[in-house]
Amino acid sequence: MNDLAFRLRDARATLSAVAVFVALFALYTLNHPAGFSANVVQTAANKGVLLAFVAVGQTFVVLTAGIDLSVGAVFILANCLASVVVTGSPGAVALGVAAVLGTGLACGLANGALVVYGRLQPIVATIASGAIYFGLALALRPEPGGDVDSTLADAVTGQLAFGVPASAVVLLAVMLLVWVPFRRSLIGRAVYAVGSAEASAYLSGLPIRRARLLAYASAGLFSAMGGLMLAFFTYSGEASASNASTYTLDSIAAIVIGGVSLFGGAGSAVGAVFGALIFRTINDLLFVFDLDPLWQPLFLGLVLLGAVSLGSARLLRLKNRLELFGS
Amino acid sequence: MTVPTTPVAPAPASPPMSAPARRRFDPAVATAFGCIVALLLLGSLYSTRFLSPDYLLQQLQVGSFLALVATGLMVVVLLGQIDLSVPWIVTVGGMMATAAAGHGPLGAALAIPFGVLCGVAFGLFNGLGVAYLRVPSMIFTLGVDAVAQGLMVLKTGGSAPQDMATPLMRDLATGRALGPVPNAVWVWLLVGTATSFLLSRTTYGRAVYAVGNREAAAYLSGVRTRRVTLAAFALSGGLSALSGALLAGYSGKAYQGMGDGYLLPAIAAVVLGGTSILGGRGTYLGTTAGVILITLLQSILSVVQMPDAGRQVIYGAVILAMLLLYGRGAKIGA
Repeated sequence: MNDLAFRLRDARATLSAVAVFVALFALYTLNHPAGFSANVVQTAANKGVLLAFVAVGQTFVVLTAGIDLSVGAVFILANCLASVVVTGSPGAVALGVAAVLGTGLACGLANGALVVYGRLQPIVATIASGAIYFGLALALRPEPGGDVDSTLADAVTGQLAFGVPASAVVLLAVMLLVWVPFRRSLIGRAVYAVGSAEASAYLSGLPIRRARLLAYASAGLFSAMGGLMLAFFTYSGEASASNASTYTLDSIAAIVIGGVSLFGGAGSAVGAVFGALIFRTINDLLFVFDLDPLWQPLFLGLVLLGAVSLGSARLLRLKNRLELFGS
Repeated sequence: MTVPTTPVAPAPASPPMSAPARRRFDPAVATAFGCIVALLLLGSLYSTRFLSPDYLLQQLQVGSFLALVATGLMVVVLLGQIDLSVPWIVTVGGMMATAAAGHGPLGAALAIPFGVLCGVAFGLFNGLGVAYLRVPSMIFTLGVDAVAQGLMVLKTGGSAPQDMATPLMRDLATGRALGPVPNAVWVWLLVGTATSFLLSRTTYGRAVYAVGNREAAAYLSGVRTRRVTLAAFALSGGLSALSGALLAGYSGKAYQGMGDGYLLPAIAAVVLGGTSILGGRGTYLGTTAGVILITLLQSILSVVQMPDAGRQVIYGAVILAMLLLYGRGAKIGA
């Protein structure tokens, strides 16, 4: 098999997520009363980018065959912290942004340390640490409110030349700066290797502990970016428990739609971004088709179940029953 | 014959304790019970009320709702799976039971069974997806949770249907028919004894542990592994729904989101009780300890009037501390 064909096959899940998104978004804008206008795109981008950041964070961890159930809490913590510190003089705003991102990174590193050095199961460790992060968010902002520097907020959430949504550009820039170098680095390969075969990765001398730590730290950092963006959209912070759990669960749904395997070792953050955008577009489709909003949760659930069940087609190709059970 | 037979294989790294001996003493369960005693002593420093039988029975009553959820979840976790559809199946149980109660005396009599049956139906659906379609349980049950939510929102949306609990539901949740022990605790005891028997004394229980350890090996030993998984999810759905029906009786009515606070504490209770989240290992006694531990922790934090923020932080920190104490995995390469 030549190089291009191999790469295409490797990126099949990501490419199909992109294709599905383009089709759904075309359907959405064609039926939207305002059509394919800059404002429609901007609103859609702003909603999608929030989940996309959290989903990319979740992707790093899931690639190592782990799971981070605290991403929603870190997202909310960053949102609340931003509503306190990202205000004042330009210098203070810059420091505030750095503090928010640093906090997210620290939360992620703490999760990573619990998993790597504490040897705890990621699912329970992050449930517990998520409770702590949410408690901190609640302490920062017992009542919704706060203030965010509006110049920066408007710049990040507005439109650039030709009506390009600024939030999408921010996402694109972060992906180019982080994901592309990550994917090509040794540690990036180690993250994939840990997820697909930990023992082999260990025996090959890959830095598996550092890879795990990095994955969890990135999850915290990206979730904090999402929380910061939320603060820019709402100009305030709110410690909402339901938002925290919704974003955690939606991030899992988004990455699965985007072709990331929950068993680890397969998928890409680009797929996760498009998975998040698909998830949000499905929501919006309901509105343009004038369905009763009461149908929304049922429709989303059915779409999610349908999407994940599609993968079961592989069962028809099994030649040996034992392959059902994995390793 | 002088020729030596094949050399004896080196002893496995795990301690050569016989199975019954291990069942008698599980360090995780012992530590969990130790933590319960420590919590109570710590609480009694604040107020002697924490050691009164009345307070303890009341805690058991509140804990019984969590216990029912955790019981079903534990069986699923023993298989190495997870059930994230708990929140809305609890709500389904409460809402369908109260809805059935709206259909005359026959409906009221069948309210609880009907609610449980609806939960079993959702559980079966979970099981079909996980066992037969082989979708990872974490994502499939998440989808089923959304579908259950969608159906309940559709059912209650707009109109205000009958949602009051029946007298029987109230009685089971809040009454004390036999002595000073609340009825809800008797339900817990009954379900707990049955589950304990199921897990340790029946073929099905053995199969659950076997599938949790290695499904392929269980399959080759003749276990119908897919049916085992299907039944476990059905059990989890039914018990969650039963908990929801009792919860509706406890608060007088069913409402949206009534099950939201049960998923994460249930997972924490199961794991703190020494059940491995990877499956195949754990005892029901441990889950009982985990439920009591979580319930006491929540209760003490609210009695000492800790603000919500501090409560969350301490709650998370205590769970982490206990996990670090005895829930750690094996070293890589060991």
